Amino acid sequence: MSYRSLFKKCLIGSFAVALCLFQAACGGSSDNGSTPNKDIIQNAGSDTMVNLAQAWAESYAGVAPTVSVEVSGGGSGTGVAALINGTVDIANTSRQMKPEELERAKQNTGQQPIEFIVGFDALAVYVHKDNPLEEITIAQLADIYGEKGTLDKWSALGIDHKACESGEIIRISRQSNSGTYHYFRETLLGDTQDFKLGSRDLHGSKDVVELVERTPCAIGYSGMGYMTEHVKALRVAVKSGDTAYPPTLETSLNKTYPIARPLYIYSLGEPTGATKTYLDWVMSAEGQKIVEDNGYVPVQKDSEPENEATGD
Amino acid sequence: MLKTRHRPEGTTEFIIEWIIRLCGISAILFVFGIFFFVFREGASFFFGGLDLTEFLTSSEWFPSSVSNKRYGVFALMVGTFSVTALAMVIAVPFGIGAAIFVSEFCSPKLKETVKIVIELLAAIPSVVWGFIGLTIMNELIIDIFDAPIGLTVLNGGLILALMSVPIIVSIGEDALKAVPDSFREAAVALGATRWQVVYRALLPAAKNGLLAAALLGVARAVGETMAVLMATGHSVQIPTGPLDSVRTLTATIAAELGEAPVNSDHYQVLFIIGVLLFSINFIVNLSADMIVKGVRGKD
Repeated sequence: MSYRSLFKKCLIGSFAVALCLFQAACGGSSDNGSTPNKDIIQNAGSDTMVNLAQAWAESYAGVAPTVSVEVSGGGSGTGVAALINGTVDIANTSRQMKPEELERAKQNTGQQPIEFIVGFDALAVYVHKDNPLEEITIAQLADIYGEKGTLDKWSALGIDHKACESGEIIRISRQSNSGTYHYFRETLLGDTQDFKLGSRDLHGSKDVVELVERTPCAIGYSGMGYMTEHVKALRVAVKSGDTAYPPTLETSLNKTYPIARPLYIYSLGEPTGATKTYLDWVMSAEGQKIVEDNGYVPVQKDSEPENEATGD
Repeated sequence: MLKTRHRPEGTTEFIIEWIIRLCGISAILFVFGIFFFVFREGASFFFGGLDLTEFLTSSEWFPSSVSNKRYGVFALMVGTFSVTALAMVIAVPFGIGAAIFVSEFCSPKLKETVKIVIELLAAIPSVVWGFIGLTIMNELIIDIFDAPIGLTVLNGGLILALMSVPIIVSIGEDALKAVPDSFREAAVALGATRWQVVYRALLPAAKNGLLAAALLGVARAVGETMAVLMATGHSVQIPTGPLDSVRTLTATIAAELGEAPVNSDHYQVLFIIGVLLFSINFIVNLSADMIVKGVRGKD
């Protein structure tokens, strides 16, 4: 008897729940015009840009309270993968999408990804603050990080690094699929060479700076937005004899700093509705101010055509 | 009347019985299902393109090279084994020792406290352990050993040891508890001291259970990801000592899967590494199981 009544109760209960759900689902669709729905913009991608994207999302909540921007990191590749699968509205990347990725996105979703340059980032080369080294050349960096490189002692750079007793250069790098890793390798070594194995490959931009801060022998690279007062960012020259420039807003803008790159946002197809308003706001003076506040270089709308003009 | 009442209850019972049976079978289905799907993701590259000898014996891991992609996981396997071995060298004596203390030597009140604290150790999320490794232990190891960097086998091994001690203690304690009191009484009656009771009577009797505890600790250590990702330095190289950085199989999957393009060779290789890990843990767990069965067979 007790079995039966329990069984009955369960049955009735589950019917009731199902009915409620059914009603809610139907009711929701019939009058969704009158209820103010919150627009959600899904946003994933570059680890370099995750702080920036979050800052945008937070400020945008004040500008347009009915829109919520949901940001997640994971890396440029993650963002691109999510865009291809159609699970995000916009993807942040610190590298350009590859032609085959664009093709796959088109095949998968039927829409062409549209690229926006939303800022610039200088990749700073960090060392411990007790390291006497002040500047470095791209060739030296290639010799430290490259597969065929032989530079593995601080003394070979002509300095006496007392805080580092072993004198060994501890290379700190990023996991092999981050946009930062790709950009750094391409700038240093081109497409034909790889990084030497045995570097400490960390999973985040911030981790690199944190580890350099705690490791006297270390050298690492990360976005200049992650600079803290406990580490030193080296001045970088293209080759020895050239002037070395520090990673700053100014040197990235006038392109004297040799390892600066654009930061991208990709949308699926021409953005519409809430996404369009959001991207317009990101590109506006207010949105670009946040780029600068986070340690990156804002896009200067007027300066770009000027640059092209002088380049001719 | 009786019949009509009886029949529906028979049906209900029948249904419930089947639901329970399904629950039991589902566990097996899930295990095989997971194995199948993980393997399927990597299968096309496993059968076409992957050089298995190179995969297992080369330590050249260049999955995202533009010019020359190489997939060799030997250094990663050595990384996993070295960290696990060091962790076990530390955790097994500590864990078994703690299990003996908790089960044989301490007062009931202290026993409760100790057990709660040890279980608390198991409640710390692995990312927190990793964070401790990345910050506190890194600096300690640099200071104490004059190492150039503290993210090493030693760092990862210590953290994994701390993470597997709770498992070893609780399973080891169960094994000791399972030894009948008559063993203790007989040993005491023969004039054995407390220490002699433990190591002449209890340890031989609980030997298999304690070995199973250690093996489950190994499985825990092999499978751990986040903590070793952060604490070992994540560096592809064959370590020559405890103060070298390494990279483990699990950490490689965690770090690279998110960004490997779906169905690319790299993506598939990561799934093959998953299969490799699955096999390693399967063997470890199976031996632990068989050893425990050995205990029951004897009793």
